[in-house]
Amino acid sequence: MLFKTITKENFKKMVEALLEENEVIGPKSRDRDTEGNKIYRFLKINSFEELEMDYTRSYSSPKNYFLPFKEDLATYHFNDKGWEQEIQYTTHPRVIIGMRACDINALLKLDQVMLKSVYPNPHYFARRRNTLIIGLDHEPLEDCFCRSMNTDTVFHGFDLFLTDIGDRYFVAINSDTAYIILNKFDAGEVTEEDRERFKTVKKQIESKFKTQVDITILPELMDLEFESEVWKKWGDKCLSCGSCAMVCPTCYCYGIEEDTDLSFSKATKRKFLYSCNLLDFAAVAGGHNFRPDAHIRLKYRYYHQFRGFVEAFNQSLCVGCNRCGKACLAGISPKAVIDDLIRTEKLQK
Amino acid sequence: MNIKIPQYDINLEPFMERPPDFNNKSVLMQTEKGFKSEVINIVKLTSQEKLFQVRILDSCEREKFTFLPGQFVMLELPGCGEIPISISSSSSNREFIGLCIRKAGKVTGMIDRLEPGAIVGIRGPFGTHFPMQKMKGYNILLIAGGLGIAPLRSPIYWVNEQRSAYKDITILYGTREPGQILFDYQFEEWQKIYNLKLLTIIQEPDENWKGRVGLITDLFKEVRIDPDNTFAIVCGPPVMFKFVCAYLSDIGIPRQRMFVSLERRMHCGMGKCCRCNVGSTFTCLDGPVFDYWTVMNLKEAI
Ligand SMILES: Cc1cc2nc3c(=O)[nH]c(=O)nc-3n(C[C@H](O)[C@H](O)[C@H](O)COP(=O)(O)OP(=O)(O)OC[C@H]3O[C@@H](n4cnc5c(N)ncnc54)[C@H](O)[C@@H]3O)c2cc1C
Ligand code: SF4
Ligand code: SF4
Ligand code: FES
Repeated sequence: MLFKTITKENFKKMVEALLEENEVIGPKSRDRDTEGNKIYRFLKINSFEELEMDYTRSYSSPKNYFLPFKEDLATYHFNDKGWEQEIQYTTHPRVIIGMRACDINALLKLDQVMLKSVYPNPHYFARRRNTLIIGLDHEPLEDCFCRSMNTDTVFHGFDLFLTDIGDRYFVAINSDTAYIILNKFDAGEVTEEDRERFKTVKKQIESKFKTQVDITILPELMDLEFESEVWKKWGDKCLSCGSCAMVCPTCYCYGIEEDTDLSFSKATKRKFLYSCNLLDFAAVAGGHNFRPDAHIRLKYRYYHQFRGFVEAFNQSLCVGCNRCGKACLAGISPKAVIDDLIRTEKLQK
Repeated sequence: MNIKIPQYDINLEPFMERPPDFNNKSVLMQTEKGFKSEVINIVKLTSQEKLFQVRILDSCEREKFTFLPGQFVMLELPGCGEIPISISSSSSNREFIGLCIRKAGKVTGMIDRLEPGAIVGIRGPFGTHFPMQKMKGYNILLIAGGLGIAPLRSPIYWVNEQRSAYKDITILYGTREPGQILFDYQFEEWQKIYNLKLLTIIQEPDENWKGRVGLITDLFKEVRIDPDNTFAIVCGPPVMFKFVCAYLSDIGIPRQRMFVSLERRMHCGMGKCCRCNVGSTFTCLDGPVFDYWTVMNLKEAI
């Protein structure tokens, strides 16, 4: 990988130049929580000043710029011979600034499903190819467990990745497009001093991880503890609201709705993101529901994250951002659930 | 200074010009493109079920559409919805496919009201199939409960078309009431021409019913199964799988020679919507046809 540095002043100029002609998305605070902390989201920014490079964590993940909450899959135009189908893919270029390593790793996991396995998804492909990603390092928060999930560092899946080393950013470069852009803003060669500062910052980040989740035998545990009381314990609290999947950077399941406009001239087939915790996730005609209970649905969310996905792609789906834990009104977090699973396993030995 | 990042226009890709080929799973294609198809004939089977004969209109798309027994399609009624339906016709029939559909809800309710000539969308074929090639030289036991006979018609046509390659073929078919028996107009042909043995049984007979009464498992008393030389295919409601498959493995048919077809909710057929998740995998990709060994190892498959 190529590395360069860019001063913060030049970075500002670069963002401003990008803002001139492109849609730019970045972390922005829109609200405060009950304790007065800022709530950040990835939103369209109109000026460099709106971009909050010192943000902590975005409430929901930037995945929605690749998997929108709602997306039209096809439009049908009715005529006397039946209908004509029209499919439109986005060709709209976009820049996203400030994505964390875990969120970029989340995209890489989505790439596995959407691009690298069967039936590559053209909608996702078009969005992915039209998005320039500028990542950003940060010091972990209290509850980040990405290090346990091996997603605290990232080596591809982005165009540029920034690490703050004082008056400048240390930049990893991963695409020619980004290389050309960076060089227009006096990107500097990496000096001995930059390199040392980078190493120090990285060491410091590493030393700040507080939360650990033991995933060594988790895939086996998911099978061994399938009937565990732990699922009832947490599942009975679950409100089946689906917030966890909405904020998660890797959840990708969906439902389909079709509607016809009032004049009966046009219909739309629309995909909307769903959650496996919602009551009718596995409900079929005739009133049968394969997962009637909240605790069974909760279990399957974990089963997919830590067992099913591992079987398919040799890695967990979860990246350890704990957004689901934060969003959950019932206080259910992966750390708590997994710790409990491990504990019951130990008790039985 | 201003910078415009390059735009990528997927519409210029060559695949945009080609109809999707769902048998070639790894290449980029317009996965949402439905083949425009005409309902050319509708056969009323019972008060709940109809057989729809559906022909893909575009000749190029039609020629490319091939499937194997056990696979399904996603059938779309634009503006109403899209549902998975097993193909219930011969895989060598390249003119149209047969879909046997039970009126069960919103989309199937609308489909039930279609008239010949209606235009629907078809995507597929999707999913796994019965291993017809591997079964050559063996006896085949086909066990169907209720609507489960629909996906079995495709393997039945297949074995007839290559009859000498297979040994004894036995169909065990049970429904709740006599009025629910599907495809009885074909029974004589299956027995006389296809040279299959067919046993039917009814759970709740009416006064006119002269045949057997009982559960599908009662039919096992009447057939001799050679476990070392038999493949079994089981289609029907989930409760049936448990009893039937338990019996078959007890008498010694290896689990890898027993096949079931599972049903789950489906919104894509391509492993993307997750709705058909079963255990660690997806019914639309690794199923709907699973061998019984796999089913035993998938959490809550049956
Ligand atoms: C692999 C496979 C093969 C099938 N083959 C046949 C067949 O040959 N003949 C037949 O009559 N039926 C078949 N079914 C069942 C059929 O798909 C459902 O009856 C149908 O989806 C019900 O839709 P609905 O809108 O009428 O019902 P509603 O209850 O109104 O359903 C609303 C939505 O839920 C979903 N849904 C409901 N039930 C099912 C279900 N059982 N499976 C999948 N999605 C469901 C659909 O997307 C539907 O749009 C098959 C299902 C699967 C998975
Ligand atoms: S785990 Fe929490 S956020 Fe997720 S559905 Fe249950 S209550 Fe909602
Ligand atoms: S911690 Fe929760 S929100 Fe974050 S990736 Fe894992 S499951 Fe998703
Ligand atoms: S039907 Fe969508 S994942 Fe199987």
